[in-house]
Amino acid sequence: MILALVEHADGAVDTTSLEALTLARGLGDPLEAVVVGAPGGLAETLGAFGVTRLHRIVHERLEEYAPEAWAQGVLEVVESRAPGALLAGGTDRGHELLAHVGSRLGAAVAASCVAVEPDGDVFRVTRQRWGGSLLEEAVLAGQTKLLTLAPHVVAAEPVADATFPELLDVTPSLGDEHFRARVTRREEGAAGVVRLDQARVVVGGGRGVGSAEGFAVLEELAELLGGAVAGSRVVTNLGWRPHTDQVGQTGARIAPDLYIACGVSGAIQHMVGCKSAKRILAINKDEHAPIVAHADYAVIGDIHEVLPALVAELRR
Amino acid sequence: MNVLVCIKRVPETGARITLTPDEQEIDTSYLPFTISPHEECAVEEALRLAGSHGGTTTVLTLGAAAAVEQLQNAMAMGIGSAVLLETDGREWSAEATAGAIADAVRGQPEGFDLLLFGNEAADTGDYQVAVRVAVSLGLPCVTGVKRLELEEGRAVARREAGGGFEVFELPLPAVVSVKEGINLPRYPSLQGRLRAKKAPIQRLTPDPRASGLEKVRLLRAPERGRRAEILGSGADAAPRVAGVLRELGLVAS
Repeated sequence: MILALVEHADGAVDTTSLEALTLARGLGDPLEAVVVGAPGGLAETLGAFGVTRLHRIVHERLEEYAPEAWAQGVLEVVESRAPGALLAGGTDRGHELLAHVGSRLGAAVAASCVAVEPDGDVFRVTRQRWGGSLLEEAVLAGQTKLLTLAPHVVAAEPVADATFPELLDVTPSLGDEHFRARVTRREEGAAGVVRLDQARVVVGGGRGVGSAEGFAVLEELAELLGGAVAGSRVVTNLGWRPHTDQVGQTGARIAPDLYIACGVSGAIQHMVGCKSAKRILAINKDEHAPIVAHADYAVIGDIHEVLPALVAELRR
Repeated sequence: MNVLVCIKRVPETGARITLTPDEQEIDTSYLPFTISPHEECAVEEALRLAGSHGGTTTVLTLGAAAAVEQLQNAMAMGIGSAVLLETDGREWSAEATAGAIADAVRGQPEGFDLLLFGNEAADTGDYQVAVRVAVSLGLPCVTGVKRLELEEGRAVARREAGGGFEVFELPLPAVVSVKEGINLPRYPSLQGRLRAKKAPIQRLTPDPRASGLEKVRLLRAPERGRRAEILGSGADAAPRVAGVLRELGLVAS
């Protein structure tokens, strides 16, 4: 039996969790899922992705996220069901919870996997290192093999023969010690702002933008396209953009329909953040810049000439 | 307020990564080394917290003798003392690394109020050493923190979530892993560099332990390798770019 840890927000399953379910189906039968909370509608979606049994961790104190408490709930399901593997999406919570579970079980966690092959008692995994610029082939052993899936690598695919999963509620034994670290409140992002991780179009700037003020025209283009603005590590380190806008190894991984890279050289540390874009349009003065070799379309020229002309063209 | 910050020595990779012939490591023959980026921010955060709350700062790393360079860099930034868990330089698993760090922390007589880590090391990307150390020491832990404040025996930590932040509270002593963006690390001063060269470094020899994850080999990730369609140069390219945006259905035609 394979168990997948599923994350959800406001009743909707996280895409990374759906990707993990898709990968998990190839690892063994049957596929079961574990979630914290019991929102309506979730079970049907999970059934469509091949989940036959859903373990819902329910407890009055689990309204808000608390890493040790959530991990305890997952651990109790693992201990009672003894799955051959526990998978999670490679998100902040996915990594954090599997690290807790792994630590408690004395088991390894293979983080950011991109491919997994069962081979007798072990899994042959391929996982991302260096933010995705290198891969590692490794052997993962253990009674319950723990792994996280790198986002945007496996396309989420429903199954042909969906069934409604059997529901099982689990109430873990939790004490104050599990709630030492916990979320006490949320600070919502500004309303109306297009999120980098959800944008269909991302307009990214690099050193070639020249200054914080230079981003005005990128903002203008992003607004016209209903997209978000991003920056390379150079740009956030220089303070031209806030760090939350960074795309790359130490920032966000994006997967828009189009990434417009403006004055971005295309260093490997940047490319790992944007390589899941369906298409890349590079605007760069240097036709030999590495970004051009990764792009689907390129315009050779100064972004401060190209972008105003493009904005004017789109406004016509 | 005594802070321990754990760092890792990693090569500064250029535009293209070259592997050793046995495919076990990156070929670092011509590469300089640095502190892994999230951890450099952890060093800065330790200095800021000690600056405003008082107390000591200690930097720790597990690695080859050459990692003294990164300990000295952290001390040049202002960290007070350093511990090297010296190995033969081979890669250690997350479990083994965390076990050795937890043992070393137990062995420090004065104890720490806060253990800072980077969210994930640039090279191995395991995302788990901080949590494993916390579990081993029985301490509360939050990872991926982009803003950290200390008040009356507890830490308030913000992590990005859903376009905003989720705000964690946890009692000290605690383990926190941070992400780049929490601060902009300072440059070491010349004075700091001179002091760091002379500062003693505590050296310990940790015992390796087995892991359930065993590396077979490294390989380069496939690149996008497209041949870009050149849409033109300068402002004259604008109509063709607009045409492509329409074709892709990104603007109304």
